[in-house]
Amino acid sequence: MTDLTNLTIASALNGLKNKEFSATELTNAHITAMENARDLNAFIVETPEIALKQAEVADVRYANGTALPLDGVPIGMKDLFCTKDTQTTAASHILEGFVPQYESTVSGKLWDAGCTMLGKLNLDEFAMGSANTTSHFGNVINPWKDQTNPNIDLVPGGSSGGSSAAVAARLCLGATGTDTGGSIRQPAAFTGTCGIKPTYGRCSRWGIVAFASSLDQAGAFARTVEDCALMLNTMCGHDAKDSTSSKQEVPDFTKALEGDLKGKKIGIPKEYRVDGMPEEIEKMWQQGMDWLKDQGAEIVDVSLPHTKYALPTYYIIAPAECSSNLARYDGIRYGQRVEGEDLTDLYELTRAQGFGEEVQRRIMIGTYVLSAGYYDAYYIKAQKVRRLITQDFENAFEQVDALLTPTAPSSAFAIGENDDDPIKMYLNDVFTVPTSLAGLPGMSVPAGLDSKGLPLGLQVIGKAWDEETVLNVARNIERAANFTAKPQILGVSKAA
Amino acid sequence: MTHALIKGETGEWEMVIGLEVHAQVIANSKLFSGASIEFGAAPNTHVSLVDAAMPGMLPVLNQHVVEQGIKTGLGLKAQVNKYSVFARKNYFYPDLPQGYQISQSDHPIVGEGIIEVDLPDGSTKEIGITRMHLEQDAGKSVHDMHPSKSYVDLNRSGSALMEIVSEPDIRSADEAAAYVNKIRMILRYLGTCDGNMDEGSMRADVNISVRKPGDEYGTRAEIKNVNSIKAMTQAIGFEVNRQIDIIEDGGEVDQETRLWDPVKLETRALRSKEDAHDYRYFPDPDLLPLELTDELIERIKATLPELPDEKKHRFMNEFSLNAYDASVLIAEQNRAAFYETVVKTAGDAKLSANWVINELLGALNKAGKDLDDSPVIAEQLGQLVARIVDNTISGKIAKDVFADMMESGKDADLIIDEKGLKQVTDTGAIEAIIDEVIVNNPDNVAAYRGGKDKLFGFFVGQVMKASQGKANPTIVNELLKNKLS
Repeated sequence: MTDLTNLTIASALNGLKNKEFSATELTNAHITAMENARDLNAFIVETPEIALKQAEVADVRYANGTALPLDGVPIGMKDLFCTKDTQTTAASHILEGFVPQYESTVSGKLWDAGCTMLGKLNLDEFAMGSANTTSHFGNVINPWKDQTNPNIDLVPGGSSGGSSAAVAARLCLGATGTDTGGSIRQPAAFTGTCGIKPTYGRCSRWGIVAFASSLDQAGAFARTVEDCALMLNTMCGHDAKDSTSSKQEVPDFTKALEGDLKGKKIGIPKEYRVDGMPEEIEKMWQQGMDWLKDQGAEIVDVSLPHTKYALPTYYIIAPAECSSNLARYDGIRYGQRVEGEDLTDLYELTRAQGFGEEVQRRIMIGTYVLSAGYYDAYYIKAQKVRRLITQDFENAFEQVDALLTPTAPSSAFAIGENDDDPIKMYLNDVFTVPTSLAGLPGMSVPAGLDSKGLPLGLQVIGKAWDEETVLNVARNIERAANFTAKPQILGVSKAA
Repeated sequence: MTHALIKGETGEWEMVIGLEVHAQVIANSKLFSGASIEFGAAPNTHVSLVDAAMPGMLPVLNQHVVEQGIKTGLGLKAQVNKYSVFARKNYFYPDLPQGYQISQSDHPIVGEGIIEVDLPDGSTKEIGITRMHLEQDAGKSVHDMHPSKSYVDLNRSGSALMEIVSEPDIRSADEAAAYVNKIRMILRYLGTCDGNMDEGSMRADVNISVRKPGDEYGTRAEIKNVNSIKAMTQAIGFEVNRQIDIIEDGGEVDQETRLWDPVKLETRALRSKEDAHDYRYFPDPDLLPLELTDELIERIKATLPELPDEKKHRFMNEFSLNAYDASVLIAEQNRAAFYETVVKTAGDAKLSANWVINELLGALNKAGKDLDDSPVIAEQLGQLVARIVDNTISGKIAKDVFADMMESGKDADLIIDEKGLKQVTDTGAIEAIIDEVIVNNPDNVAAYRGGKDKLFGFFVGQVMKASQGKANPTIVNELLKNKLS
């Protein structure tokens, strides 16, 4: 039998339909892979018993011809999605032991479509980070190795580092992620996987532990563009329980995949040629343009003049919202509590011990920028700049159908490399943050390997609600790039 | 005028008061969740995942509450803002699960308005409304159930409140009381708040300062925990004197929040300006700005009831009532409706007003009953008054009939019939009684005829007595005058 962990979601669905293997077999193969690759620390909680139960029911449906759209597909769930009766922590000590009595809308949709849950995936604490090194449950290790220095562990990107590592190492066929400033796209680029963040409002935020409400958006990781489209088909859609979720109709995203790019205009934003960008990334970008040209697209230079303000803007708005969103973790009703002399003491001890350093940093920044006397200078100003950044994109999209940029300014780096310098860490998101601020769909697709043998990703950015063009362009890159390289650590073999 | 100046040692002082009234919205459920808002339920039984601020929960605006807000704005004759924004007011407290209250800051749903308040001396005064916004109520902390622990009840957490802020136009405790009464009356008319201060569904914070008339505003203190109109009047009285004493002793009033102690009857400092919270308001990113259409506002406008002031003026015009009677009758919507039914049946508006105000309300008050529980319904009282109007019974007999009605709930006509109380208008029968009285009282007849006019009343009394009160007094008067002359 073929290695079941090496399948795509689409081919697995075919195999299941054709009875080449059962959902139980498929799930078991991934459970073994997950157990073999525990060194990666991709999962906070493994739930093989849940997955097998779901697979059993899926098999019944396959047997009687009532299979669901993603029936029997084993996936990992980022531990930011609340899952009923399964611990949900946001990778924070403060929520350790918290078991929700409810299921997030997006995870619920995936179970309703037949997916099986292998476990809850590690992430940066409260999704704050770009390297998955802020998790209370330890950092995640990238299954890829630097060929020039194979003994050091690399980061899988962040915040959805568990998701990217698990999908890359073949521990699951797909995974959910959330993207606030690049938390799906950057880890996808670091691990040679596909990751898409749809338009803000496409996926309900209900039941997802909030980081920055105006930016948070769920999305998908998989190993092909088509698989991402399949997952989005299930994950998207209006939810009355989320006032910011859109009533925009959800198309069948898989229908957008085929077709070349004749007549399409692809914009290249000149502001993304940042100082100090590695030549290899520059080259990969050029390669991407050539591929798209070969598929009939016209490459157009565009300008997004406010790009340089995106990071500072993001690091005002996101912490501001986070400082308020995380106020509910006070030790009163659920999660960790550290008793104190009095109420204030209880709050201070609980939050000081419950939150990690990066989360505390952002809460403090956010509290500061919202304070009386600073609010106008920071928060209001940032909202104005955010509007200008959005306008930049709107202007560009009057000329082009999609934008092509590198996903990240580097390939995966060593664990610990940027930990002492938050600013340097924040720079990882320089290409992904503007899209988040504008609420636009963005996708990272693997384009090749750098000289260290590490994957590089290209980012496709689309107009609001036009994931179809994003997927179509990404599919064209995927076809041209023919990315077949695999990471050095795979779940099928015992992890190194 | 109730514009009370207070005499201090250094001259006269004027108080300047602005009120923030918090009114719980009558609604099916909370402002941003589907949980019930029923009063008096067991602790923590009306708490949704949103109200408990579980991770990942999101607020969804209750459309009905928005409509109640619009209705209130229209009822306060205030500007309804077609664009408003919900903002987070951030602070930590155990009965505030989210760590922030969703409120409205820069863009409230209702802007400036004006209401007319009725003062005890019969005059009226206009008080400006600065704004009204919608916000979540907090839960309740209970500190007295355990020596070292506090308990939290989240039933109230997330209920919708309207905060109505007045201009600093109020100049006396009477005006403050009249203002709160009027707000309460309007909200009850509109059906947007039950105005029940005992159950905490209406509360007021009092902003108060003193100054020499004509001077700039003084430094104000905010008084919280004022849960009845009586408490408000007492708190204002205490606080004004406290502030005047401080200033006259050469001190300065601190800008601070103070708490009314209803047991010690004093205000005491809760927190100073320096300790004031920095609430870090910012627009709630979980909610879109609230945009209202003209159609919606118009549709709600069409459902507005006749409001207290309009009703009062109509009663004065249509029924020729004086301002006092009209005010009493319109104080409650059901009372006004009761009255109108009585008038319709009885015909005489003034007489009906007297009967409703003096007899019915008096009797109900004595019996400790609400109008809704009255044994005598409006049609029945109307019938009784109608029998006075059509001379079937006298006003005096009517009081006896009414007493019977309150007891038995029977119709006036039935009682009049059963007890044979119908007035005697047969002049022959009355003449016979008069003749008898004259025959039986020769001395008095002589004295009367000799100029002792005052004895006329004696004869009327004798005739009425002999007729068991049933003789028509007008006819008795007329015939007596003729017979005695």
